[in-house]
Amino acid sequence: MSAREIRNLILSAMAFGVVALLPFYDTGYILSIATTMAMFTVLATSWALFSGPTHYISLATAAFFGLGTFVTGYGFQTMPYWSLPLIAGVLGAGLAGLVGMVTLRLSGVYFVIFTLGLAELVRQLVTWVQNRTGQRGMYVLTSITERDIYWQLLGMAALVFLVGWLIGRSRLGFALRIIGNDETVAKHSGINTALAKVLLFMVSGAAAAIVGAMLAPRYIYIEPSTAFAPILSFQVVIMALLGGTGRLWGPVAGVIPFTLLWEFISRHAPNQTLLLLGLAFLLIVYVLPGGVVGLQARLKHRFGQGGH
Amino acid sequence: MFFILITGLLLGGTYALIAMGLNLQYGVARIMNLANGEMLVAGGFAAFWVYTAGQVSPIAALIVVAPVAFVVNWLIYRIMLRPLVKRAKSRGALEVDSILATFGLSFALVGIMSWMFGGGYFNYSYLAQRVDIFGSSYGQNRVVAFAIASLIAAGLWLWLSYTRAGLNMRAVAVSPDSARLVGIDVTAVSALAFGLGGAVTATGGALISMFFTLDASVGVLFTMKALIIVIMGGVGDIRGTIVAALILGIAETFVARIIDPGLTLAAAYVLFLGVLLFRPQGLFGKQPT
Repeated sequence: MSAREIRNLILSAMAFGVVALLPFYDTGYILSIATTMAMFTVLATSWALFSGPTHYISLATAAFFGLGTFVTGYGFQTMPYWSLPLIAGVLGAGLAGLVGMVTLRLSGVYFVIFTLGLAELVRQLVTWVQNRTGQRGMYVLTSITERDIYWQLLGMAALVFLVGWLIGRSRLGFALRIIGNDETVAKHSGINTALAKVLLFMVSGAAAAIVGAMLAPRYIYIEPSTAFAPILSFQVVIMALLGGTGRLWGPVAGVIPFTLLWEFISRHAPNQTLLLLGLAFLLIVYVLPGGVVGLQARLKHRFGQGGH
Repeated sequence: MFFILITGLLLGGTYALIAMGLNLQYGVARIMNLANGEMLVAGGFAAFWVYTAGQVSPIAALIVVAPVAFVVNWLIYRIMLRPLVKRAKSRGALEVDSILATFGLSFALVGIMSWMFGGGYFNYSYLAQRVDIFGSSYGQNRVVAFAIASLIAAGLWLWLSYTRAGLNMRAVAVSPDSARLVGIDVTAVSALAFGLGGAVTATGGALISMFFTLDASVGVLFTMKALIIVIMGGVGDIRGTIVAALILGIAETFVARIIDPGLTLAAAYVLFLGVLLFRPQGLFGKQPT
């Protein structure tokens, strides 16, 4: 580890420490927004771990997330609470592995299309099974408070950052960067491109499922149409791209402003959230390609290496 | 059984028209247009509005819907998408950019349409009598929609196969770079294909609205189906698109009747999975070398 890396590690640990103190300051509205931000931080960062280097746009987040909430919904009465996120993670990785094996051998378009409908597909299947067994939604009544969820999510965020950092240093991370730059070159230098992509997609799928499992107590009542709401996938994509996927901290730079904006719009003009989502996509493509990270890099380039 | 087959074919005929629109946009103009389903809903809205406000038949409304959709889509290509084509360094980069831009367009359109028309479902009753075919009865509107869709699809196919402009379009679909070498204005042909594709999709939407209840946010479901059909039939392959659309129509009707009406997307996904696993180049496509 270089001195710079040690410095970054200490700075990040301090930042996490400060953020973790928030529930002592406020347990109401601010904590609820912070919990949402923590949730999207994990989702967007783990999304960018896979989609950043490979440029494969995954819209499957909602499917994994919903899977996780259902694990908690079915298991919280019979199984120890701490085991639920683990089970959700394993199932999420499994689903991601299956989807990845089918689609990631092919070009990116197939992957986007397949993941676009995945949440809706899982929702239809779950609804069908529930209809056959005569079951509707379910209540998740636990003693878990918003504060516990917030801390769990922060822990998960720290884990995702750590995993991302380790992957970035590993052979796998190197292989993925080559794949993203030129898949043909990657293949010719002996990289098993399909395997590398599937592995990383499994990491990101597991993370989203774990987040879903952690958040289930917050919703209290779970039913397929809310647990698998496809809009979540799009929010995650926008936040990650708005921040930029070139750096590990990039997605956070998109999560914070977009969550605040989303909160503001859905309070004051709830019918215009879709329009906002659309405009945000267009903004990313036409004004901010590369997101905040890309903007920072361009400014740095323009004003020399001195500024940060 | 026979009833399911015919109902499925009737549905598949309209699907074929919608997927042909998407195929023109993706196969010729190289734009993966994820706002395609919203064009369809807009076409349906137009037909609904014309019918309920002026008692004008949705079929007569096509005379206005199609040209308007053509101009709108042509403008979308020239203003929004052409800059992306120009700046793209590779086909992969263009794909990512066009997917994100058309997602943006799609959400913006859903937002605007639900603001204009509200979030509710809309349908109207047009030609709702029964018609008997081989001993079973079907909705007259479904049969008429199928007939018109087939006419338009056949016309499109003839135009693409036997006219100079159609030849240009097929040349661009095969290879934009080579097409440029033989003096084809690739930008103009791409814009034309994109506009035409949008017009065909909006026409399909107007036809579908005769027997299908639409709402402002249902577009993505049709985008999904059209995408699956285009991939199953093979990009740029009209014959494959038609066969794939009929297969999807029959499969969906079968699942909806026999198993559960809530599983239509699952039926489409089973077909999609089969194609991805065994024939990613499309039903009639050649193995890439």
